[in-house]
Amino acid sequence: MSVAQLEIQIIAVIVAIACALPGVFLVLRKRAMISDAISHAILPGIVIGFFLTGDLSSPFLVLLAAATGVLTVSLVEVIDRTGLVKEDTSIGLVFPALFSIGVILISRYAGDVHLDTGAVLLGELAFAPFDRLIINGIDMGPKALYVMGGILLINFLFISVFFKELKISTFDVGLATTLGFTPMVLHYLLMSIVSITAVGAFDAVGSILVVALMIVPAATAYLLTDDLRTLLILSGLAGLISALAGYWIAHWLDASIAGSMATVVGLLFLLTYLFAPGRGIYFIIRRRKRQKYEFAQMTLTVHIMNHSGEYDNIEERRMDHFQHHFNWDLEQARTIVKQALRNKFIQLDGDLISLTNRGLRFARASQSLIMAEKDPNINEFRKQFVTFNE
Amino acid sequence: MQTNAVEINDLTVSYRYKPVLWDIDLDIPEGVLMAIVGPNGAGKSTLIKTILGIVKPVAGSIKIYGKPYHQNRSKVAYVPQRGTVDWDFPTTVLDVVLMGTYGKLGWIKRPGKKQKEKSLAALKEVKMHDFANRQISQLSGGQQQRVFLARALVQDAQIYFMDEPLQGVDAVTEKAVINILKELKNENKTVVVVHHDLSTVPDYFDWVTFLNVRRIASGKVMTVFNDANLEKTYGSSFRTLKGYTTA
Repeated sequence: MSVAQLEIQIIAVIVAIACALPGVFLVLRKRAMISDAISHAILPGIVIGFFLTGDLSSPFLVLLAAATGVLTVSLVEVIDRTGLVKEDTSIGLVFPALFSIGVILISRYAGDVHLDTGAVLLGELAFAPFDRLIINGIDMGPKALYVMGGILLINFLFISVFFKELKISTFDVGLATTLGFTPMVLHYLLMSIVSITAVGAFDAVGSILVVALMIVPAATAYLLTDDLRTLLILSGLAGLISALAGYWIAHWLDASIAGSMATVVGLLFLLTYLFAPGRGIYFIIRRRKRQKYEFAQMTLTVHIMNHSGEYDNIEERRMDHFQHHFNWDLEQARTIVKQALRNKFIQLDGDLISLTNRGLRFARASQSLIMAEKDPNINEFRKQFVTFNE
Repeated sequence: MQTNAVEINDLTVSYRYKPVLWDIDLDIPEGVLMAIVGPNGAGKSTLIKTILGIVKPVAGSIKIYGKPYHQNRSKVAYVPQRGTVDWDFPTTVLDVVLMGTYGKLGWIKRPGKKQKEKSLAALKEVKMHDFANRQISQLSGGQQQRVFLARALVQDAQIYFMDEPLQGVDAVTEKAVINILKELKNENKTVVVVHHDLSTVPDYFDWVTFLNVRRIASGKVMTVFNDANLEKTYGSSFRTLKGYTTA
């Protein structure tokens, strides 16, 4: 691995983590799309900053462009407050206007510099090592490393220092206001942080993929934990993984690094969405299946228990009766009876069903479970009776 | 002489063009347990939010123990409507209650052992101490309301404002909440509650304010909770709903 490769990876990791941290609060505040607005609307700021400084990683440019981002947020809020259009509409009104100004500026005045429209949309991490910070003739490494490192540090400090304030103003704006925490100030601080991060990451990953790096790691982590601190850590971790894996996939495919990073983080989310312990789609389907299965076994055995010992009403215990009584179709009724046989809850005498001793215990336990007033202990019940496997 | 916990003069609030509260004069005496009643859209929640500085008034003044709210924050606790927060937020019951201590801590300082003990004690008071480490997403409506109440209790205030604390809770929780409110009153705290169930007003409260954009009436339940005021507040169609008052 060459020095340049190492440098690119370090920058990628720093960019990804710097984006993933403030993204957590955007997701929790249901403001994910504001990051999309900001990352586009900073373009005119970047272009003007570039004209003035001639240097894409100048701190002055970062601040100027970040100010455009904050301006976007306040414009959206001004339009929203008039009550004439809804908030998502005002987002859709503001950022394309600013973005298109940026696009015109680039195409008219900056046709022959590094700042072309392709770079704007996708960024290019691979070039980062070429722009170096040289002090007194000594090569200190790529400039992007310092710019992004500084931004990551700012984000980290902001979230650690104002952790409590961010938490309360995200969870309960009303209480935060009455306690004197001025959520408006925190909101704008957060938006400034998001803007600065978007500007910093812009050069590396472009204006579209910034959104992926801000929102997707946070959305992934949200499915994995119920603790805000852990959520921040996992979000950063998802960023880190996608940066490293994305780099090597890009290397292997000879493709865009930013694109690969966004793809990896997207895949991470997909995996979590499907298999997150207890919450993923897979577990939800499995849980429903299991509940359906258990409930059918309960219904069947309780019904037979209620009709055991009745000889004049023997019909109640016949297979074809269940169809009518429980609204099961024949196939379903057969499967449920088969499962009950496998569980040794029932025995068949011709097509007449009666409970085994174990089945009787199960039916009684089921009945008290259903009638229980407080949280019944379903796990204890499961341990005792049903072995659910598909 | 009776001290007033809250004094409101000539208060007007409007959302865009429509006035929500119009020229309200209202004194809330110290130590009362007061219900604010009125139809939907009468401005009950807005009144509380304006007192607490969440909504900015167009005109008028509000004093908490003689001072503007922002100079007397620590004397006030607030229980918002349950539905205004996201109960899927990644945090625990204890952590939500701890938020009640943030006000006295001020900026940046983190809650410590003392705040934690206080919060656990408040949870005990609302009989939720077994749930301290539970995820808030797993709570029922009544449990959420108890947690909010505990959070207000740790604020250790003189005046409590509660926005529909009995909305959609079961009978047991309702009794528990009311008992705690009555206890607060016995400690000479002032409690102001936005309330919807007119039939329980005489049982639960000793003071009542009728509100419908304007202040209709305010005073002891015994003297002002009558059909005449109910009709002025809820309109003439209220006659068909009679039977709430003994007057």
